Amino acid sequence: MLTVENLTCGYGDIKAVHDLSFAVGTGEIFAMLGANGAGKTSTIMCLAGHVAAMSGSVSLNGTTITNQPAQARVGHGMALVPEGRRVFAELSVEENLVVGGHTVGGPELTANLERIFGHFPRLAERKTQAAGSLSGGEQQMLAIGRALMANPQLVLIDELSLGLMPKAIDACYEVLQALKADGLSILLVEQNTTRVLDIADQVIVLESGVKSWEGTGADADGNAALLEAYLGTAG
Amino acid sequence: MAYEITLLTTMAISVLFALSLNFISGFCGQISLGHAAFYGAGAYTSAMLAKAGAPFLLTLLPAGLVAGAIGLIVGFASLRVRHDFLAITTMGVGFLFIGLVRQQDVLGGELGISAIPSTGLGKIGFMAFAMGLAALFAGFCVYVKRSWMGFVYDSIADNEDVSEIIGIPVSRYKLIAFAIGTAVAGVAGGLYAHHVRFIAPDSFGFVESVTVLAMVIVGGIGSIWGVAFAAAFLSVLPLWFQPIDDFKILLYGALLFAMMRFSPGGLAGLVARLRGVS
Ligand SMILES: Nc1ncnc2c1ncn2[C@@H]1O[C@H](COP(=O)(O)OP(=O)(O)OP(=O)(O)O)[C@@H](O)[C@H]1O
Ligand SMILES: [Mg+2]
Repeated sequence: MLTVENLTCGYGDIKAVHDLSFAVGTGEIFAMLGANGAGKTSTIMCLAGHVAAMSGSVSLNGTTITNQPAQARVGHGMALVPEGRRVFAELSVEENLVVGGHTVGGPELTANLERIFGHFPRLAERKTQAAGSLSGGEQQMLAIGRALMANPQLVLIDELSLGLMPKAIDACYEVLQALKADGLSILLVEQNTTRVLDIADQVIVLESGVKSWEGTGADADGNAALLEAYLGTAG
Repeated sequence: MAYEITLLTTMAISVLFALSLNFISGFCGQISLGHAAFYGAGAYTSAMLAKAGAPFLLTLLPAGLVAGAIGLIVGFASLRVRHDFLAITTMGVGFLFIGLVRQQDVLGGELGISAIPSTGLGKIGFMAFAMGLAALFAGFCVYVKRSWMGFVYDSIADNEDVSEIIGIPVSRYKLIAFAIGTAVAGVAGGLYAHHVRFIAPDSFGFVESVTVLAMVIVGGIGSIWGVAFAAAFLSVLPLWFQPIDDFKILLYGALLFAMMRFSPGGLAGLVARLRGVS
């Protein structure tokens, strides 16, 4: 569904990611790991159309989107949950979601709201509350919900569990599994939780902008050195 | 009675004109310092067409289209560049407009256009028509504000960078608001031309741009009722107290400054605070 071939991207003269290739299948959870500054956010932002690709190609469901603007990618079925949760603080929960659904029409908008409130009952209870007053976990749920409003086939999530309480992380992971079961593809960047390996179909590791390891979630789970280096734990 | 009709017509036209600027400032969070140029473009279009024999009602659509088309070009050139650039560009457009119109003999040059034909609606009919248009546009503003599109504009005001990141075509939305706002200013200009039946370049200069901006700021940027109220009040002030007309720019400039300093939310913000709503 998403195919990345020999992608190099960065900022001006600085190359943040070199010659990266991978493919995410339909209904797959694809995890990207790596230390601080490894190039995870740069990769995701390049896929979403915010960091220019210097060479290589990106295609989504057979359509080449390498040089398309961000809005066009949303239309092709890609949605982004940016690093640091970044909800619209002054807007209510419901308004945040409606903004995420700006590309879909009226009746579908209502149906999507219902669907997302179904996935996140906590958000439904806080419909009219300002997003800035939510807890970290709730804000992350809202950021995911906002991305889902555009009916994506692929969601890019940068640092899902950064700074969240274990309970909130569990809640988010449960939803991801439900979404995967619905056929959604998910590209997930993580840094500090082994939780990701339980649900990842494929894993790649970035090191200084270069892919240094790839395998299945189970392979990664059995690789103590890898866990130690990139997930900050040996178990 | 005739005097009251004139007052109410002036109010209605000013409300429409101020709401057109509020559509831009409220939704894009950007200020225009040359909005009178679009008002003028509509006024001249409508006046020229009427002089050429077109019925009044048929001159309004072209007036809006001409002003909106100029708005589209100006917006396209300035909205992509970030933030405060619009204020500067529109101010330039305002001066350019006056300069150009003064040079054009076809447009009456310095003397302007006089003896603009009557609308045929009668004084009361024209007043009702102007009020109807102002009310219609106010309703449209409320509708947009409460629709999903209003929330998209709110999100841009809340955090433009995040809007951009989640794939909202921010500059396109701003351009839409700017084009609608300038087109409606053109329609208001067409009404104005037929109300006073004499227009000259000076009616659309910097003073008028500051005046309409003062209406929006005093009312409270984004507040439809606040802006409508401020426009209605400030538009008839100079008619009640003749001397005000002479130092309008001073008064409105001071008012603008005082509001931005002491009540950035305008009258709407003041009322909300008094009612204890945050
Ligand atoms: N806007 C930018 N301009 C220039 N260089 C940048 C910019 N953003 C990131 N970089 C550089 O690109 C490299 C990769 O950074 P990136 O943010 O992609 O890493 P990351 O894996 O997401 O790190 P983290 O775990 O800290 O989020 C770093 O060397 C960083 O300094
Ligand atoms: Mg990062």
